[in-house]
Amino acid sequence: MSLSVENVNRIAWLARLAIDADKAESYAHDLSGILDFVARMDDVDTADVKPMAHPLEQIQRLRPDIATEPDQRECFQRHAPRVEAGLYLVPRVIE
Amino acid sequence: MHTQTIAQLSQGLKNREFSSVELTQACLTRIHQHNPALNCYITVTGEQALAEAQAADARIARGEAVPLTGIPVAQKDIFCTDGVRTSCGSRMLDPFIAPYDATVVARFKAAGCVMPGKLNMDEFAMGSSNETSFYGPVRNPWDIHTVPGGSSGGSAAAVAAGLAPGATGTDTGGSIRQPAAFCGITGIKPTYGRVSRWGMIAFASSLDQAGPMARTAEDCALMLQVMAGFDEKDSTSVDRAVPDYAVSLNDRLDGVRIGVPREFFADGLEPAIQRLMDEAVAEYRKLGAVIHEISLPNMSLSVPAYYVVAPAECSSNLARYDGVRFGHRCDDPKDLFDLYTRSRGEGFGAEVKRRILMGTYALSAGYYDAYYLKAQKIRRLISDDFQRAFQSVDVILGPTTPSVAFRLGEKSDDPVSMYLSDIYTIAVNLAGLPGMSLPAGFSGHLPVGMQLIGNYFTEERLLNLAHRYQQVTDWHTRMPAL
Repeated sequence: MSLSVENVNRIAWLARLAIDADKAESYAHDLSGILDFVARMDDVDTADVKPMAHPLEQIQRLRPDIATEPDQRECFQRHAPRVEAGLYLVPRVIE
Repeated sequence: MHTQTIAQLSQGLKNREFSSVELTQACLTRIHQHNPALNCYITVTGEQALAEAQAADARIARGEAVPLTGIPVAQKDIFCTDGVRTSCGSRMLDPFIAPYDATVVARFKAAGCVMPGKLNMDEFAMGSSNETSFYGPVRNPWDIHTVPGGSSGGSAAAVAAGLAPGATGTDTGGSIRQPAAFCGITGIKPTYGRVSRWGMIAFASSLDQAGPMARTAEDCALMLQVMAGFDEKDSTSVDRAVPDYAVSLNDRLDGVRIGVPREFFADGLEPAIQRLMDEAVAEYRKLGAVIHEISLPNMSLSVPAYYVVAPAECSSNLARYDGVRFGHRCDDPKDLFDLYTRSRGEGFGAEVKRRILMGTYALSAGYYDAYYLKAQKIRRLISDDFQRAFQSVDVILGPTTPSVAFRLGEKSDDPVSMYLSDIYTIAVNLAGLPGMSLPAGFSGHLPVGMQLIGNYFTEERLLNLAHRYQQVTDWHTRMPAL
């Protein structure tokens, strides 16, 4: 499996990840190498194998619907890049 | 003091041979002397550590100490520490001061441990050499031109060099065991779910597990005792009683069945490591164990399956770093899309980007079945191999790594060759089993690690086997000359 620079740019767009234009070629090369490597999985017939999503086959634990976390907005927003009046600021999205 | 084990230091504190403040001061002095060359610590929390040491001394004086009270235990910088920078080795989190303690950190605090600082690591734990850290590579104290392994390279190098008697690590594909092997120390990755992941920055959630790294199996047992146990804040934490790991350390090994998988001794294994494994097997025979040759036929598929599962989960977990709520934000974003993409592009390093791209691709429309689903099926085959083996043996023994520590830069341009340095450790994570690495000799001037793998929740058995081996060998007592 070989990925082109266009493929890489499309994947980067999906991942909301800026990659330098002069590095796209090298990502395409590395990812193609990794995809060739993982293609070894195809050597095994797994038609009848049940996928294993989780090592312990756990069932998600449920808990009573009671609020357990206090409001810590001020504490958390101290670490935010930009806040104002308790709100996280981002560039304008509605004209 | 830096040559002593946690068990010895604990005894010394109990006998009032020295105080925790003196011990902590000695640890900080040693960090001050050697960290510039080794780069194990990202953040040193000297003042806080001395305050914790004073509190520990008061607790000891009141007769309320538990085994680890007053002992310095350094934290891998993947664990959130209230009020202290928690960078995860990334520029993305360089400005991040964690607003709470991870459960693992809270448990060490409750035991009265002292935290000298936060340890260097591969960025977001993605790496096998510690070269992907935003804060620069860690050097292996046995040879500063070689890597300490990764991702818990700072933890392994700090313990090996006596810059902390014990450290935490995390292991997603070998990140405790491989650096433990490269640096000549002991480390255990517990069963998935044994130690809480709450507050431990997520890489691949179905694989990540925290564990202790120290000089000896006995020290790992003491640390694991603090770390293990149910935590309702972690939805995959297992609600199961924690045994007293110290009690079974000295159990006799008569009749214990050790399986040696032939796939671990195939092409690519360094001959010196092969020889040391044979010697380790001979030691276990002398201790009464019975050796069986076994087969894990799907072992060679573990690295390919891992490099689908881990990047897929990573791409999903790392979606949270968006430059809005915490972490790095780019300057002057022109719109929201620019804010997201540029903050992430600037905040993440090359290996993290590769894995996000790989994972995003594997999960994208039309490719899910070919990659992620296929990898989960392979995961089942690998897990079944282990369960078949554990019908006839109690523990599996093999090398931790195919070679000793490699040179800095040697593999950094070739991702697949770097990934293959974890060839013996990754299957254990895919299956969710406990595994540990302990020193088993040297190849040239560099340490070699032996790996022990057990069935689910048999940590006490692994620690027992490692401890008995360390009673009849002295590899774990060797220290690098600095």
